[in-house]
Amino acid sequence: MPLLELKNVSKHFGAIHALNEVSLSLEPGEVVGLMGDNGAGKSTLVKIIAGNFRPTHGALQMEGRDLSMHRPVEARQHGIEIVHQDLALCDNLTAAANVFLGREIQKGIGPFRVLDYAAMYRHAGRIFAELRSETRPRDLVRQMSGGQRQAVAIARTRIADAKIVLMDEPTAAISVRQVAQVLNLIRQLRDRGIAIVLISHRMPDVFGIADRVVVLRRGRKVADKSIAASSPEEVTGLITGAIEYAS
Amino acid sequence: MEIQFDDEIKRARFPILSWLTSRQAFWVLLAVCFACIFLSFATNSFATSNNIFNVARNFTFVAVIALGMTIVIITGGIDLSVGSVLCLCSMILAVVMHAGYSIEVGIAASLGTALLIGAINGVLIAYLEIPPFVVTLGMLSIARSLAMVASNNTVVFQFGPDHDKLLFLGGGAWLFGIANPVIYMLALALLTGFVLHFTRFGRYVFAIGGNEHAAIVTGVPVRRTKVAVYMISALSAGIAGVIETGWLGAVTTNLGAGMELQVIAAAVIGGANLAGGIGTAFGALIGSALIEVIRNSLGLLGISAFWQGTFVGTFIIVAVAFDRIRNFRFPT
Repeated sequence: MPLLELKNVSKHFGAIHALNEVSLSLEPGEVVGLMGDNGAGKSTLVKIIAGNFRPTHGALQMEGRDLSMHRPVEARQHGIEIVHQDLALCDNLTAAANVFLGREIQKGIGPFRVLDYAAMYRHAGRIFAELRSETRPRDLVRQMSGGQRQAVAIARTRIADAKIVLMDEPTAAISVRQVAQVLNLIRQLRDRGIAIVLISHRMPDVFGIADRVVVLRRGRKVADKSIAASSPEEVTGLITGAIEYAS
Repeated sequence: MEIQFDDEIKRARFPILSWLTSRQAFWVLLAVCFACIFLSFATNSFATSNNIFNVARNFTFVAVIALGMTIVIITGGIDLSVGSVLCLCSMILAVVMHAGYSIEVGIAASLGTALLIGAINGVLIAYLEIPPFVVTLGMLSIARSLAMVASNNTVVFQFGPDHDKLLFLGGGAWLFGIANPVIYMLALALLTGFVLHFTRFGRYVFAIGGNEHAAIVTGVPVRRTKVAVYMISALSAGIAGVIETGWLGAVTTNLGAGMELQVIAAAVIGGANLAGGIGTAFGALIGSALIEVIRNSLGLLGISAFWQGTFVGTFIIVAVAFDRIRNFRFPT
């Protein structure tokens, strides 16, 4: 049974058909590269999975059950986490504070509760070790490299025990050396059985790590095939429209 | 890279020293200590217990509001209405007590007014997304006008049956001869520091100032937190108003005029960053203390009080410039 299944999902904004009859399924531990030109419908699709938008037509199923979400918080409750392109980090806070932002561990009785710094440092440290990142929980995010910042944003998804992680252009703004670090972080997630949707413009990343590539063009799914059966040239053709549909 | 490496070594060898020198409040504290030592030698009158008592009490009113202002500034906001809110709260207290009600009723009415004004500020800022500068500028005008309406623009100096209790509240000194306002200030500073560093609310205050968008997407209740922040700011002005009324023994409608700028100056000198995300309760006290020491010393040294603005203004600029220069030398 697939983890998440989209069945003929469409999203219309007035006369504009941002998405048309897109079906997609995600298996546990699978990395799917989602590609497409600007305006192809990638972000609309991601926002539907993330609970920002409701589809105009079609349905979502999570582990065989219908999924109807009205707010992003509900997606989180179902185990769907997003790593935003800007990472959504507070530079003035420590790595641990960012990891636990909005889900702080507290101790105390009744209304008298204080932040449990020790527990959060310990827990964050364990997650960074698990991700094989050298990020230190007490460091300020302001002082971190691009790769470490990614690790902090990805560590957040581990707090929630996410089943699906949507990553929006994780390698767009960082150096070549740090791209390798980020791809390693993604592998660590995948090895824990998490399904990952990788939205990216970078062909080498998708072909380096994804199991499957999905291409959107003008709101339609034009390809959904195993990486091994495709090639960067074919995908480029599909994105631009030089190739109408994947063979 | 090399500078960073050196910095790293220094940090590892002298963690406390490096932590201290990275704090603006530490340098301002040094400046205050230096000024005090200098004044003790340069004048006969500074280091007298009487003068120290006065200096300590005088800056508490600004300091108490600076605590609330620091929280607002950490969220990246500003509250220009505090001077007028102080006046309105003092006036409500005075009018209610003058009408024959007890001090408890007077204080409840006064602080209730503060919370209501803060809530209005907060809702307009958080839910209608009007810039804090505009909302609180409007409230600056409204609150002072309401104070005039409440008192018919008269001076109130008789506070009914609990007159003496009120004067003791603001003017007394029941603990080791420390002025009451100083005790309130220290208690409130400890409370503010605790809330900022050990509660979830405090964490949210810093998160909103650091990256509001991140706070929203991680599920931080940004709007509710902002409303609370402006309520705290107005409440701090209300508390300062109650104490100041007790100390002065009279309320006029120009009480606290221009005070918002002194309060903001104190917070900024103490290390609060107007761009948001940075500030401490201790810094608010130290910044307020520095302004008062400057004011006091000019008087004692026989320099015209007209120079006060020049000195305070210079300190604001120097404090912020100092921060820039330090960051420039050690990029992180």
